[in-house]
Amino acid sequence: MANIMYWEAIQRAHDEEMARDPLVICMGEDIGVAGGTYKATKGLYEKYGPLRVIDTPISEGGFTGLGIGASFLGVRPVIEIMSVNFAWLAMDQMFNSAAKVRYMSGGQLTAPCVFRAAGGAAHQLGAQHSARMEKVFMGIAGLRVVTPSNPKQAYGLLKSAIRCDDPVFINEHELMYNMKGEVPDTEYFHPLEGSEVARAGTDITLFGYNISVHWCLKAAEILDKQYGISAEVIDLYCLSPLDRAGIKASVAKTHRAVIAEEDEAPVGVGAEVMAIINEECFFELDAAPVRVHSAMVPQPYNHTLEKATIPDHEDVVKAVLKLFGKA
Amino acid sequence: MKIEDKKRVLREMVLHRRFEERCYQAYIERKIGGFLHLYPGQEACCNGVMEAARPGHDYVITGYRDHVHAIKCGADPKEVMAELYGKETGCSKGRGGSMHIFDVKHRFMGGYALVGGPFPLAAGMAKAIQLKGGDEIAICFLGDAANNQGVFHETMNMAALWKLPVLFVCENNLYGIGTAIERSTAIVHQHKRVCAYGIEAAECDGQDVEKVYAAARVAVDHVRHGKGPYFLELMTYRYRGHSMSDSRGYRSREEEEMWKQRDPIFILRDRLVAEKALTLAEFEAMEKEIDAYIENEVIKFAEESPEPRVEDLEKYVLADRETQLPWLTGKAA
Repeated sequence: MANIMYWEAIQRAHDEEMARDPLVICMGEDIGVAGGTYKATKGLYEKYGPLRVIDTPISEGGFTGLGIGASFLGVRPVIEIMSVNFAWLAMDQMFNSAAKVRYMSGGQLTAPCVFRAAGGAAHQLGAQHSARMEKVFMGIAGLRVVTPSNPKQAYGLLKSAIRCDDPVFINEHELMYNMKGEVPDTEYFHPLEGSEVARAGTDITLFGYNISVHWCLKAAEILDKQYGISAEVIDLYCLSPLDRAGIKASVAKTHRAVIAEEDEAPVGVGAEVMAIINEECFFELDAAPVRVHSAMVPQPYNHTLEKATIPDHEDVVKAVLKLFGKA
Repeated sequence: MKIEDKKRVLREMVLHRRFEERCYQAYIERKIGGFLHLYPGQEACCNGVMEAARPGHDYVITGYRDHVHAIKCGADPKEVMAELYGKETGCSKGRGGSMHIFDVKHRFMGGYALVGGPFPLAAGMAKAIQLKGGDEIAICFLGDAANNQGVFHETMNMAALWKLPVLFVCENNLYGIGTAIERSTAIVHQHKRVCAYGIEAAECDGQDVEKVYAAARVAVDHVRHGKGPYFLELMTYRYRGHSMSDSRGYRSREEEEMWKQRDPIFILRDRLVAEKALTLAEFEAMEKEIDAYIENEVIKFAEESPEPRVEDLEKYVLADRETQLPWLTGKAA
């Protein structure tokens, strides 16, 4: 096991897959000569050259479509969207071309491409560089959506996404690229479906994904030490399709649920998990599930306002205590 | 073009015209649903270009006015009509419809219904050809109005920058849906728009298939020999409205008549008659024979084919699960 950073894990996955298959390419803004804004493609340009490590113009709709078109002929492009906010410009191609082509061609064509995007609120990046947009992607038929919460997942999910014949959107987080974690030394493929028990518990389930898994883990520790509440943390690394069976199994055990997301509440992961709980295990519930989410505002620049917009582990603790009638 | 090729192309163009007119009738009879965009008037464009290219070898992509391009690439007219009827035997298994004809075995890579959407897809196919080192080219047929999308400029820039083997064919039929080109676009002649990217370009009469063929040979040679992208503009006209819901209130009957005087089928027919390679009686007999083929084989096949099964509704959304298990479960061998 190597203890490496999230960006190093992504870089390693790229490197191994590119070394294995000459049709694996990567493309995006500043990913080549500059080595990538978050270093996720560092050193690849020198190793694989400009035909396979493509510095694109700032044309998200164009280069995303170009990658998808290449994938029609068997190329496996990993397309980096520098900030997920720019993905709005590429969504026509992602949704109308990549996600639908298999269906509307009656199974003749497929778009085996990977879209990677850095999302989330970082530090005072303002309204147009702080969006959380996973909710948009997880509502699209024909597109798989995963979101790694640690370096092992970042490595293994990218490996599996490149191999998979379906288009896969990988939602990363700007604040997590320097996070360290254990990654197996041998080749590892993380499942593109399912969920993970990040911490076992008996009294309540905390659902998180990507950065909010870490709020949940921290909250679980506080709840255990200070309040004697045993919280289970479920890591929903796969947002589409959501792990119905995993959600049900945990809630059937704990009978209570809090869903933590960095995104705004409407039409989000929390809403979807709640719907699944309703459909799958309503009569198992001892209390109404609660969502922890950001405020419904375009991200403010001001530091204090930004902090007030985005939830954290303390908000998760508060929600749990309220649910137990302790707040 | 050789006489025999001209006669064959004339026959194909008549088939394309009669196929589309029969679609019109089937739509009125409510056999075909959704949107239907027909090609009559523009036949010389697709035929001239594909005579210069290699159908079934080169990769072709287009917009939603796509039936004829698919057939020219090698798709079976029966399967195209069955697709319009929404049948399981349709070339896209009834899941696509008129705007999404696909026939990948003949390298017809599909019709797409977002205006301008195929531009970067075509460049991407060219990028794949470049990586793999083949002698194929990618050909993108779109209308003039697609050039007003931002992705047009994004694609022209990347295609030129990376010298991609892609031929852009602009079928300039002078209307974007129901808006005349001079009311939507600062310049009528579209080939001028790509000079800023250093892309070789030409304009050609799109009604005379021999002229299109000659211009397309230059274009195809350029692209196939690694000289980068090429933009070929063909001046043409669609006789029918944009789609079936369009009664053409935005243009005069006089203008339509003027264009019908330069009908691509009649231009070629009259030339062959003048060259004494064809008689009018032979032409009329050919029309009748094609009509009989469409009725007795194409329509019959579409009518008699089965509907898709509702149990298969979710088939084709994602790759077959069994084939993807190692990546879905993480249990790779």
